[in-house]
Amino acid sequence: MAPPVYAADPPGARATIRLDDLVAVLHRPSGTTHLLAPPAPELLDALASGPASAEMLLGRLSQQYELIGSEMDAIVARMEELVAAGLAWRA
Amino acid sequence: MRHAHAVRVGAVGFRIGAAWRAPVAALARLYEGYPAPEVADLTVRLEPQRPWRRWVRPSVEIAGDYWLPDAAPLPLEQGLLAAEMGMNLQVALGWRRHLLLHASAVEKDGRVLLMSGASGSGKSTLATLLGMSGWRFLGDEFAFVALDDGRIHPFPRAASLKNGAIEAVRAAGGTVGPVLEGTPKGAIGYWRPPADALARMAEAAPPALLLFPRFGHAEAVEPMPPSEAFMRLTQASTNYVALGEAGFATLARLVGTVPALAIDYPDSATGLALVERLWSEA
Repeated sequence: MAPPVYAADPPGARATIRLDDLVAVLHRPSGTTHLLAPPAPELLDALASGPASAEMLLGRLSQQYELIGSEMDAIVARMEELVAAGLAWRA
Repeated sequence: MRHAHAVRVGAVGFRIGAAWRAPVAALARLYEGYPAPEVADLTVRLEPQRPWRRWVRPSVEIAGDYWLPDAAPLPLEQGLLAAEMGMNLQVALGWRRHLLLHASAVEKDGRVLLMSGASGSGKSTLATLLGMSGWRFLGDEFAFVALDDGRIHPFPRAASLKNGAIEAVRAAGGTVGPVLEGTPKGAIGYWRPPADALARMAEAAPPALLLFPRFGHAEAVEPMPPSEAFMRLTQASTNYVALGEAGFATLARLVGTVPALAIDYPDSATGLALVERLWSEA
């Protein structure tokens, strides 16, 4: 089975304010507010250049951040949380 | 409506109409000295459940421009409570010009202390006691946060004190009256804000400290991260969702610029001393 490909609304669909470790996100299309912990905001930003699998997202993130350990499972888990929250979807 | 009274509290113009004279007369007494509104922004109606119940075991149903289907009717003797609840309900559901927080607010030296908490947290009692000891009372129920500059606008309704709070305020020399016994929330007494609070009800001030008090626990102070304050206040706001991005930005600015603390206190005197100490350190 092919790994899921994730997509999200463009960054302009979200208002984002860093509060502390957590980031407050207003999803403009739905009007819902979310508090996100890293790397969820970074994953949403990484989807700005188009839909991506977890592996592709890992590649995009590693260009910007120093990643350590087995991030793949964590990225899938975070993406599924974003899907459940309505901030991303399976393309 | 047969009987009506119009009053302005802070930014809000109310018109309260009723099928009976008594609750409107009680309200007019409680709000004596408050200005009349130029425009009634919100309307409260106290109506009989059925037309004949204006005379037979009279029961007051709260209505208005905005309403909740499960607002329980109250006996006529509690008509003042019905009027007060109706005013709160209309503000909570209908007001859009400010971000509303379920919080009490007092001001000193041009800066505002906000206290947010559920019923029983002591926010009304603390605001009342502070209002009797050198602070300007801005309100015990709703803090009105301006959407453009984040300042707190007064809403100096008569403070609604429940059960033990009535004695606590009387013991501190305050006048509480009238007291309604046997309401769904127990005894409720009203404390009229001082003349200064009424004279300056159009005067807003910036927030400087945000407290989340909890009455009845050993004294403790815990800093609260902005994200937790943000989450709690989205739940403590009655119009956050309705305001959309304006509410989001206003609330984020508030928690991003004002320090927040969770405080526990065992009794009013300790709470008062704790608040004064934290304020002097803020």
